Amino acid sequence: MRKQRSAAAGPKAKALGLGIGGIILFFLIWEAAPRLGLVSDRYLPPASEVLARLGQYLTEAAFWKDVADTMTSWALGLFIATVAAIVVGLIIGSSRFLRRATHTTIEFLRPIPSVALIPLAVLIFGTSIESTLLLVVYASFWQVLLQLLYGIADVDAVANDTAKSYGLGRLARVRYVIWPTALPYLMTGLRLAAAVALILAITAELIIGTPGLGKQIALTQSGGAISSMYALVLATGMIGVLINLGARIIEKRVLSWHPSVRGEVVL
Amino acid sequence: MSPLKRIAYFVGLPIVLIVLWYALSFGSTNFFVPKPIELAQTLWTTWIGDRFFEDVLPSLGRLAVGLFFAIGLGIVLGLLIGSTRWLRNLLEPLLEFFRAIPPPVLVPLLMLLIGVNDSMKVAVIISGAIWPVLLNTVEGVRAVDSVLNDSCRSYGIAGFARIRYFVLPAVTPQIMAGVRQSLSIGLILMVISEMFASSSGLGFTIVQFQRNFAIPEMWSGIVVLGLIGLGLAIIFQFVERRVLHWYHGLKEITHDS
Amino acid sequence: MTVSETTMNQPVKTVPMLSVRGLQKIYKVPGGEVEAVRDLTFDLAEGELVCLVGPSGSGKTTLLKCISGLMEQTSGTVELNGSKVTGPPKSMAVVFQEYGRSLFPWMTVRANVELPLKNQKVPKAERAALVDAALKSVGLDHVPKSYPWQLSGGMQQRVAIARAVAYRPQVLLMDEPFAAVDAQTRADLEDLIRTIWKQLGVTILFVTHDIDESVYLGERVIVLSSSPTVVQEDLKIDLPEERDQLNTRALPRFMELRSHVYAEIQRAKLGPVTEQITAQRRASLK
Repeated sequence: MRKQRSAAAGPKAKALGLGIGGIILFFLIWEAAPRLGLVSDRYLPPASEVLARLGQYLTEAAFWKDVADTMTSWALGLFIATVAAIVVGLIIGSSRFLRRATHTTIEFLRPIPSVALIPLAVLIFGTSIESTLLLVVYASFWQVLLQLLYGIADVDAVANDTAKSYGLGRLARVRYVIWPTALPYLMTGLRLAAAVALILAITAELIIGTPGLGKQIALTQSGGAISSMYALVLATGMIGVLINLGARIIEKRVLSWHPSVRGEVVL
Repeated sequence: MSPLKRIAYFVGLPIVLIVLWYALSFGSTNFFVPKPIELAQTLWTTWIGDRFFEDVLPSLGRLAVGLFFAIGLGIVLGLLIGSTRWLRNLLEPLLEFFRAIPPPVLVPLLMLLIGVNDSMKVAVIISGAIWPVLLNTVEGVRAVDSVLNDSCRSYGIAGFARIRYFVLPAVTPQIMAGVRQSLSIGLILMVISEMFASSSGLGFTIVQFQRNFAIPEMWSGIVVLGLIGLGLAIIFQFVERRVLHWYHGLKEITHDS
Repeated sequence: MTVSETTMNQPVKTVPMLSVRGLQKIYKVPGGEVEAVRDLTFDLAEGELVCLVGPSGSGKTTLLKCISGLMEQTSGTVELNGSKVTGPPKSMAVVFQEYGRSLFPWMTVRANVELPLKNQKVPKAERAALVDAALKSVGLDHVPKSYPWQLSGGMQQRVAIARAVAYRPQVLLMDEPFAAVDAQTRADLEDLIRTIWKQLGVTILFVTHDIDESVYLGERVIVLSSSPTVVQEDLKIDLPEERDQLNTRALPRFMELRSHVYAEIQRAKLGPVTEQITAQRRASLK
């Protein structure tokens, strides 16, 4: 029995081993390139130096303050965007008239890159956290709203008519028919929005100078603290990985009951 | 739906919004809020002329070059990694990590490695926009249909012909989904690479307007970026319809039955 | 050499078109092994139409995949025209059950039929002629510009057959090709196979779980046991060469053969091997 299980885990363990090998290989190349003089270590310090700096960061309160700032803008922005998108989405989605009437406007506003709002944010909020929030909320709002609208468009007409024929009002239909159908789409939207929100939070900090990891990266770069900059870039990557993993796990949990297997409608 | 009704739905809300905007800003003296007619005029005077050739076109050129390489490299590398199992296992966690790094942090990094020039801005766009295409292609190649694969093998369709007639078309839906994400990331990176480190280009110009409190000009810059985003979305949709007409037809039919 | 001596001394013995010897396939699955095919030996002479019939789950698809070189057998050999099959051979074509997944949805009907020929670098004019002839022979010369998914299931399977026909294989393998189409279409397609077989003189191995179909189509029917599979019976079908749905199926001889195969299959299902496999499965589940 024990033997059988290990046989089953074989290919998976092998894949994992190769994956870890890939990461180690990457760090080895990174270590070797500046040491062998392929790249100047003024621009690319060896991996060991950067990792050491990252380790040091992890013990510094100032670093954690930056992480907290970034994550606060991320979480708050994502929350506001999600609530707003759900409210707007359900209102628009529950009426055919509104769905049609808003179509062009949404299609027009959606592709506006959120970074276009940077000057506006600076003008109104300066370098305070609200600037970051404006960008994060704008970018993630569309992700959630669009997925939610896709989901509502997917509502089974028969199910909706059945609900109507049993005298369910608009609110009850939203609660019992529209919401459950749209939930998987909403989760996809949330997952995409979570990634986008991080990108915009870092962008705002980097460009506008609102507090957080992005600002710190800009400062270390202009101050010539190169290994610190690389360490911070690694840190943002790790936060990104954690957010992606977390979003995927939550999506799976919430949807474990759901029969629908959908192709991904992204963005 | 009658054509008239369709048009009404199409332009109804935008007209209502513009009228509302016009009415609300009519008597306003608020410095920050632009008036519709004023904005339209500024848009014309600011962007049509020298600035179009000196700032807008070069920005768009860099975006085009960056996206071209990001998408091309993403597809080629994705096909390669996706069809070689050991390579896929070796690189997948690493690629997931690179994808997770917020692309804007690459701006200061590449500025350091390459310097402040056009290649840096193009490199920023490539290194940020490549991941969705690359990872979607890898995922798509992994999931090609087993029966189609057997059909290819039994007819001896292998090597380059297999890629050209089977794998590439089969993966196109995933590639296009990736391209769509790459376009918006590319546009974001075009703007912020110019905002962060540049003395020309759209992003730089807009920030200049804001710093000089040239508010109507700043708004017009935001509108230009919006129009570029819209243009990209329209081009994408056009290309996608052409490339994936078979896919949409297939989807429609399976959805009906 | 001994081989050449014997051939010289004996009357020339024709090499079978397809020869399966002691074929065995064991799958490695999480937690153990499953023997799908145990020991299969049979031959197909050139130009024969043979049906393989067996209870569901009798490893028919596994067998076909091994014969077509798509899957490696655990032991035993498959020979095509005297040479060992180690990968998908050039002179073989396979028609799969899943018509919806064996045609390229991004290509028109015509492009689907043409692709294997293009891949073989057949000159353009010859290619066009072969494709036209193949589409015509399956009755689809009116839809070359359609996409497969715009057609009904039966028509899609016709496209897959046309693709195989245009390819001019020596051996045509068919894996329950009509299992997923409706009964009337199925009857039409069965007649189509007989017609094509007679026209082209191709060797056909037709796998099915439908007893009537196997008797109606085949010149010979090989009955398989349930998994792990062995040959249960190799039966000659002595029905007249000209067959049609109405009269052939009403012949007393057809009924006899049909009942015989039916009884064999029932026996196969209950055969002693059944207990063995259940025991094995139980063991592997632990």
